[in-house]
Amino acid sequence: MNLRHVTTVYRKEMLDTLRDRRTLVSMIVVPLLLMPVLIFGMAALSIKLIQRARREGAAIMLLGAEHAPRLAARIRGAEGFQVVPPAEDYARRIEDKKLRAAIEFPPEFEERLAAGEEVADLTVKIYHYQGEIRSTFAVRNLQKLLGDYRDQVIEQRLAARNLSPDILEPFRTEEENVASPEKVSGALLGGLIPYIIILLSLTGAMYPAIDLTAGEKERGTIETILASPVSRTALATGKFLAVFTASVATALLSLLSLAATFTFAPQLREMGGERGRQLFNIALSAKGVAAVLGMILPLAVMFSAALLAIALLAKSYKEAQSYISPLMIVVILPAVASILPGIELDAKLALIPILNVSLVSKEILTGTYHWNYIVLIFLSSCLYAAAALGIAAAAFKRESVLFRT
Amino acid sequence: MIEAQELTKVFRDRKRGEIRAVDKVSFRCQPGEIYGLLGANGAGKTTTLRMLATILQPTDGTARVAGFDINREPEKVRANVGFLSTATALYGRLTAKETVEYFGRLNGLNGGALKKRIQELFALLEIGEFADRRCDKLSTGMKQKVSIARTLVHDPPVMVFDEPTVGLDVMTARTIVGFIRDCRTRGKTVIFSTHVMSEAEKLCDTIGIIHDGRILTEGALAELRSRHGLQDLEDIFVKTVEAQA
Ligand SMILES: Nc1ncnc2c1ncn2[C@@H]1O[C@H](COP(=O)(O)OP(=O)(O)O)[C@@H](O)[C@H]1O
Ligand SMILES: [Mg+2]
Repeated sequence: MNLRHVTTVYRKEMLDTLRDRRTLVSMIVVPLLLMPVLIFGMAALSIKLIQRARREGAAIMLLGAEHAPRLAARIRGAEGFQVVPPAEDYARRIEDKKLRAAIEFPPEFEERLAAGEEVADLTVKIYHYQGEIRSTFAVRNLQKLLGDYRDQVIEQRLAARNLSPDILEPFRTEEENVASPEKVSGALLGGLIPYIIILLSLTGAMYPAIDLTAGEKERGTIETILASPVSRTALATGKFLAVFTASVATALLSLLSLAATFTFAPQLREMGGERGRQLFNIALSAKGVAAVLGMILPLAVMFSAALLAIALLAKSYKEAQSYISPLMIVVILPAVASILPGIELDAKLALIPILNVSLVSKEILTGTYHWNYIVLIFLSSCLYAAAALGIAAAAFKRESVLFRT
Repeated sequence: MIEAQELTKVFRDRKRGEIRAVDKVSFRCQPGEIYGLLGANGAGKTTTLRMLATILQPTDGTARVAGFDINREPEKVRANVGFLSTATALYGRLTAKETVEYFGRLNGLNGGALKKRIQELFALLEIGEFADRRCDKLSTGMKQKVSIARTLVHDPPVMVFDEPTVGLDVMTARTIVGFIRDCRTRGKTVIFSTHVMSEAEKLCDTIGIIHDGRILTEGALAELRSRHGLQDLEDIFVKTVEAQA
């Protein structure tokens, strides 16, 4: 293979493809903008939701409030509730999400409570919408209020008998988080970030790959280049390198943009309150970024070669896109699987392409380095990449592929 | 010099089965001579010329082009051939100059030699004023000039033209015809294909009538006339093809 030919083809393809608007957008604009938009978007959204929840409060209804005047006053005075007048159709209103919950007190609730423990079977009922998030929040807050009130009643009763409240708590339990804050939060955003970068390294390569293969057929330049002295292998290599460059550039730009977002906006962590801190407190060290990039390299080789081989089969841009769409799904599935909770890296998963890189990148971004897996995954990715390269090189030598009628 | 020996190409098509697009085609074309393949659509002209330019590999047979065997040294063959057809489009996003530079580099030119060659060609073809315009912004005539510069950048001894005037307006077609004549004058070996009788009459030193992948008859126009006892090339063509059927 003539190396000078390879560099000549590579330089020309880079120049050519960088003048294509579609490539520019997918390779530069999307990765640069996606990370800050995504991160600021998530921050803004969570802040807004929290603020709105605080400002508006959850609409709740008190049924039989006259039986529990003190408790009702407490609920009215508590933050986060907006008490609406009682009505018959509370169930429907809950279903319509106009009401988040309704709380029903039995007749003479507080009097019977005051009468003492002999009166059993006192039930406060809470109506809610199972699974609906704001209803769930309202119920949780109501439960907390009721719990506090219950504790007070118990304390009073114990005091009346000269007993210490400690009697009810022979021992305590305590939970303490020992994982570093990065690891806790990394599990949230850290799973999403490698997934996005893997996806971007595919989409960044997609347009150049189509442009340099099916695009050449569509525009009729394929015969021009095949008539030149360049060998098919050198041509395929030059094209591959150009597509690979686009793929890596996209991944690199998205990582840089991610790092920049975190560097220039440390206040992000504070913006969303506790939840914001959890979401955004991820360990983005230079070492982590470099390691993730290193894991993505063989994946980018595989994507570039596979895209070239597939797009070369097509006669037109459109046809190529229709061939590639299924590939997108093949890539998205394992990448999505890596975000699912409970999927942990093991020796078997380490051999599944894409999923393995996604999982190990998640670990790396949360500050965990399992070197045996990292090596295993890197090597297996290289193997898949080599197979894809072999297929692409073979495709460029087949007349039936280059001159499909 | 081109010497084709029993060139054969069989395509395997899913719908049509085996297609013998070119069937034992042999001919010879000397430097300073224009050989014309005259045939209707589907006769096998493009396939023959693509094999000579090593874009396709023959199923059987071979050819020597500029002293190199098309099967054994295809890259050397391509380095000695200029290939132009209506199907050889230009890269729309490259400028005229970038295009010629690219093909110059692929042909082993660089540095001062490449620069000088481009200046020469651009002066000859009057490309100067649109040298830095993107090819997709050029008129058909301008594109043809750039294509010619592209095929000539390495000054190849053998030129292959596949129906070069199809779909061109009269003026652009004349430029191409003039260019083909020039190539002969400069001692190049020229082969070209056409389905237009008048073009073959005007240009060719030797005409080969190709039909169904086979060369049915071959010779200078005068020879063909006396052999078939007919004056008009079209009559000769029809008679030959009908005799075959
Ligand atoms: N890549 C191909 N696959 C299958 N059949 C082909 C291919 N290229 C050409 N053919 C067939 O070979 C025959 C000769 O075609 P071609 O060489 O293009 O003729 P011409 O240039 O004289 O019109 C035609 O029947 C054509 O359909
Ligand atoms: Mg043809």
